[in-house]
Amino acid sequence: MDQAVYLDHAATTPMLPEAVRAMTERLTATGNASSLHAAGRRARRAVEESRERLAAAYGARPSEVVFTSGGTEADNLAVKGLYWSRRAEDPARTRVLASPVEHHAVLDAVHWLQKHEGATVDWLPVDTHGRVHPDALRAALERGPGGGAGDVALVTAMWANNEIGTILPVAGLAAVAREYGVPMHSDAVQAAGQAEVDFGASGLAALTLTGHKIGGPYGIGALLLGRQDAPEPLLHGGGQEREVRSGTLDVPAIAAFAVAAELAAGRRAEFAAEVGALRDRLVAAVRDAVPDAVLNGDPDPAGRLPANAHFSFPGCEGDSLLLLLDAQGIACSTGSACTAGIAQPSHVVLAAGADPDLARGTLRFSLGHTSTAADVAALAAAIGPAVERARAAGLS
Amino acid sequence: MTPRVTHTARPARLKVLAAMSGGVDSAVAAARAAAAGHDVTGVHLALSANPQSFRTGARGCCTIEDSHDARRAADVIGIPFYVWDLAERFREDVVEDFVSEYAAGRTPNPCLRCNEKIKFAALLDKALALGFDAVCTGHYAKVVTREDGSRELHRAADAAKDQSYVLGVLDERQLAHAMFPLGETETTKAEIRAEAAERGLFVAKKPDSHDICFIADGDTQGFLARRLGTAEGDVVDESGARVGTHSGAYGFTVGQRKGLALGTPAPDGRPRYVLDISPVDNTVTVGPAASLDVEALTAISPRWCGTPPAGPGGYTAQLRAHGGETAVTAEVVGGELRVAFAAPVRGVAPGQAVVLYDGTRVVGSATIASTRRAGAPAA
Repeated sequence: MDQAVYLDHAATTPMLPEAVRAMTERLTATGNASSLHAAGRRARRAVEESRERLAAAYGARPSEVVFTSGGTEADNLAVKGLYWSRRAEDPARTRVLASPVEHHAVLDAVHWLQKHEGATVDWLPVDTHGRVHPDALRAALERGPGGGAGDVALVTAMWANNEIGTILPVAGLAAVAREYGVPMHSDAVQAAGQAEVDFGASGLAALTLTGHKIGGPYGIGALLLGRQDAPEPLLHGGGQEREVRSGTLDVPAIAAFAVAAELAAGRRAEFAAEVGALRDRLVAAVRDAVPDAVLNGDPDPAGRLPANAHFSFPGCEGDSLLLLLDAQGIACSTGSACTAGIAQPSHVVLAAGADPDLARGTLRFSLGHTSTAADVAALAAAIGPAVERARAAGLS
Repeated sequence: MTPRVTHTARPARLKVLAAMSGGVDSAVAAARAAAAGHDVTGVHLALSANPQSFRTGARGCCTIEDSHDARRAADVIGIPFYVWDLAERFREDVVEDFVSEYAAGRTPNPCLRCNEKIKFAALLDKALALGFDAVCTGHYAKVVTREDGSRELHRAADAAKDQSYVLGVLDERQLAHAMFPLGETETTKAEIRAEAAERGLFVAKKPDSHDICFIADGDTQGFLARRLGTAEGDVVDESGARVGTHSGAYGFTVGQRKGLALGTPAPDGRPRYVLDISPVDNTVTVGPAASLDVEALTAISPRWCGTPPAGPGGYTAQLRAHGGETAVTAEVVGGELRVAFAAPVRGVAPGQAVVLYDGTRVVGSATIASTRRAGAPAA
């Protein structure tokens, strides 16, 4: 690893050696999975075997796996595609119910629908841990004409939050959405590999996955999509992936993604226990060094991702802290960043009701399969002096 | 290469924060600081609250392209790079100041203001607090360390490129933490570009920015009209006779000739210039070039690089960023700077900075508050 202490696995985590192997093996094989000849059939077989492995890892049927270029595309396909197809069935369906703590891939797709496609958006209320409750969803669904949900196109709420790590009660939410006959999508990019994600049991209509957060490669993801829903495609072309997502299949990436998914799902319980214990040590060490640091998200370990620790450091700017830790070889994240790389106050922390100044001084530490006790010790030694310095620099 | 200025008081290896605009000068400055062995970190200042709306290609310093160019330069130099959002401070201290100065009939220099309030205040303070020793920029000016360890600001080695005027607002504390690697060598712009290319910095061919960075289209009048609205008023001659109308007194600068759109020609048929702007009654006074001659001025809010002038003394003064220098006698009276010109000068606008020099050394700067026309009785 380039950086001595890598505490940003939620941004991306190193590829598993098994996934690297699967990918490099396929890189030397020729064959378009849509071709009819032997080379094409070999490629197609690799894709379908991968589809089966991925489906098995996440409780889906193989036919429910739609490969995409990553999480962002899968989110856009679900949100825009379901909005379009549901509205096409009934023009009254223009209301979108979304959690305000979504990743920008969902958030901005929803905003786009609002601006360009006549959508009205109900942002679902969240509690101080950033969690949407099923009764809040029910109340929002019943806000339609005649107290019904006839005007709702879709519901979207993430499985676990990418910044503060809070796990949402997705099955409970999906059950409510189903009651009203509304499809629900969930972005499980961060949850996969850490929380138990079972698409079949979840009651969801669509679920987003990505390769590079679970030890697979970049540039590959999937939308798990129930057979009953046919979102309008974003990409038109060769009709691959149930004609929902055209484009030549990336066989090496798909093969590696499936290997990583299978391994991550198989090791999940053990990994969660180990990384959770390490995370608890990290949280304790940060609190020791900085007693007034505020842990964001659910303090109950059962309610948050085991590899996530997210803090507000009062009186500090997140970008000052990041610079100071970076200079000591410690990689972490301030949360979200815009195109120009400007740190913005976290919309997640703001939505959870925190003071705007606290939303600026946030850092996310996220662990992964290569994390060690030495990583935590290095942070424990560095965080106190860094916070002291950043406080002197203040809020500009 | 001329002999390097000795920085006896400085430790050999400094922690340097290099402000990188995305242009060639600041990229070469950062590269030189790194090559000199300093521990350099690059930072691009995001000065617009909404960078997308300032998207105009390679001009100014507020575009996403510029932040990208700065990042790529930092990659090549091999230094860490961050973008810092100082948009709110910039809006308050530079943009709003610019607008209110114009509204008051004065002609501000926002670059000076930015150096004083942003680069060598907000940025410098943050840098020092975070453990940096100095802020490095791509300005052409020279910091000289005296025997006693105090600092002086001098014109750049290459007088043609000198930018000490826009740094004249810096006091000694600010100078003590300023680094201008470009001012120390007699390098032409072409040579800087060649050096950038040699160092692998692809910004080598990037055009210079000349305009005010927060007015991306270069249309200052349009910007002011949007901010201040239009207010029709009279253009009068020196006798007070109405010779035309204007759509807002703020739109003019003393000494301006173009854009007056006067219907009535001057009696002598000679060109007329803006002599005075009165925002109170929204009136612009015009007159012949000779009436622009100023023999003295009073300037307020002086800032000194070192000791202020004790009594009346002979100096040179520069009145505009790209202006020449002129011989003056200057003294400080009651906290104000009084400057008398050896020979009358033209086009002195209230709001502009007067920077005093002793040889190549910057003595200090102040904001021009009022002028005395040649031949007018002493105020």
